[in-house]
Amino acid sequence: MRIQNHPIIDFKQKKKITFYFNRRKLEGFEGDSIASALYANGVKVFTKSLRYDNPRGFFCGIGKCASCLMRVNGIPNVRTCIAPLKENIKVETQEKLPALSSAEFNKQHKKTLTVDLLVVGAGPAGMCSSIEAARQGASVLLVDENMDVGGQLIKQTHKFFGSKQERAGTRGIEIAEELKKEIKKLQEQKKINLMVNSTVIGYYEGEKGKHRFGVVKRKGYSSIFYEVVCRAVVFSCGAMENMLLFPGNDLPGVYGAGAVQTLMNVYGVKPGNRVLMVGAGNVGLIVSYQLLQAGVQVDRVVEAAPVIGGYHVHAAKLRRCGVPIYTSYSVKEVYGRNCVEGAVVVKLDENWNPIEGTEEKIKCDTVCLAVGLTPSTRLLSQAGVEMEFIPEAGGYVALHNRFMETTVDNIYVAGDSSGIEEASTAMIEGKIAGVAASLKLGYNQNAKKLLKQYLEELDRLRSGPFGEKPRIAKEKITKFLEKKT
Amino acid sequence: MVKKKIIVCRCEDLTLEDVEKAIDEGYIDLEELRKKLRIGMGPCQGRVCLPIVMKILERKTGKKIPKESLPKARPPIIPVPLGTLASEEK
Repeated sequence: MRIQNHPIIDFKQKKKITFYFNRRKLEGFEGDSIASALYANGVKVFTKSLRYDNPRGFFCGIGKCASCLMRVNGIPNVRTCIAPLKENIKVETQEKLPALSSAEFNKQHKKTLTVDLLVVGAGPAGMCSSIEAARQGASVLLVDENMDVGGQLIKQTHKFFGSKQERAGTRGIEIAEELKKEIKKLQEQKKINLMVNSTVIGYYEGEKGKHRFGVVKRKGYSSIFYEVVCRAVVFSCGAMENMLLFPGNDLPGVYGAGAVQTLMNVYGVKPGNRVLMVGAGNVGLIVSYQLLQAGVQVDRVVEAAPVIGGYHVHAAKLRRCGVPIYTSYSVKEVYGRNCVEGAVVVKLDENWNPIEGTEEKIKCDTVCLAVGLTPSTRLLSQAGVEMEFIPEAGGYVALHNRFMETTVDNIYVAGDSSGIEEASTAMIEGKIAGVAASLKLGYNQNAKKLLKQYLEELDRLRSGPFGEKPRIAKEKITKFLEKKT
Repeated sequence: MVKKKIIVCRCEDLTLEDVEKAIDEGYIDLEELRKKLRIGMGPCQGRVCLPIVMKILERKTGKKIPKESLPKARPPIIPVPLGTLASEEK
């Protein structure tokens, strides 16, 4: 299941790690998550479902869906898709609602941290926010759930579009490397405090206009509670993969596009041998091409809309490789005993209803869902910011001004959690939020000029035909905001 | 080929049938559905199912869901051991 040769990524030989799965001795590599190591060993079923005993594996692969919970070294409910693999650990299938653990995993003391700016999520937006704020002179705490920074950027092996200034022609993974290096430099200068394997679990009102958060840092497989007090916060928490409704939609083998990308581009593990891609937006098209690069067959791409949503460059590339794209088609059902063994696709009429008699059976072991994302806004709603449902933004989003500040003082948003868009715009939004937040706190290293420059870059990026949807989304957000004030 | 179930909520193992039946029985807002079915109360706290349930509800009732009726996301937003939450400073 490991990718042997890849045209873009060099999966260097890493140190072997031995671990146990239900007493079976298995091997993974350093840098693996528990889930990726299991998967590379052919283990797709991680648990059984609560009521129907359905076999279950992960779905989102990035720590959001909680479908991958297992017991590790006696500790129940470990999210294995974001938990690092360690030597000799014992990974077990947990029985539905797991019994309370006898393991002593809570002998940790609470800690308190005080900073100028808390940045939640170290994807493209969060990394840029942190770097910019640190350069302005603000003390920054950057928190991310994953084992390393980078968010979805470390999976984007394709070259970016846009103009030169916005890094067009550069691969996402290369940009991620540069940002990582910059963060490391600022960490060494004690300007950024980075906490990975950590989750901001809740918002609590602070004293004297300050904001207070609970953060849980996972150490080994136990956790430490941090109380974080900050003057400002940037929420760059990304988004959650959308699910589709069809029989068999919970079978192991049905994954979000993010999970597939993570498995192959971060861990070098093939998600399967033959994939049915659902959704012909940019994510669906790009991930299909990445699957081919990883040596995985793509049976076809089905798209419920009558037109291809993504860039035609990507669609053309796929077609040249012999992958057909079926518009006005959807998944009718997915079948298989323990894992996906195949799927049935069906043609849709102009009202998106299935046309009887057009069903076609497909042999595949993976069904990849690339049917849109929903912004992650739960912490924002806890903090009491005004939200509105904006379809073009992917769901509920926090109202924010052009400096990315929400309706609550010193609370900012950036990236997908402020409306689904692309990594290139997420980075600029992050920069704007980072500089604007710092400026408001009294740090000013040429801040106003920088803001002007970034705002212009953002407008330029959105000015093309593909910037239409986010442009509409942001205009609606501004209108709602004007109504409020 | 045994027809598989259509799962709406993976955490609580709720099917499309469960949700539609509850709506037919008169549970027509998210809060009521949550109390009846435990929608959004599993370990992922509604991240997978809520957008879907909102769509089903809007389709069945033909009404937009007012944002005031959205379930509150309370801390902790991920499962955290009670021992960790209750820990004290040294």
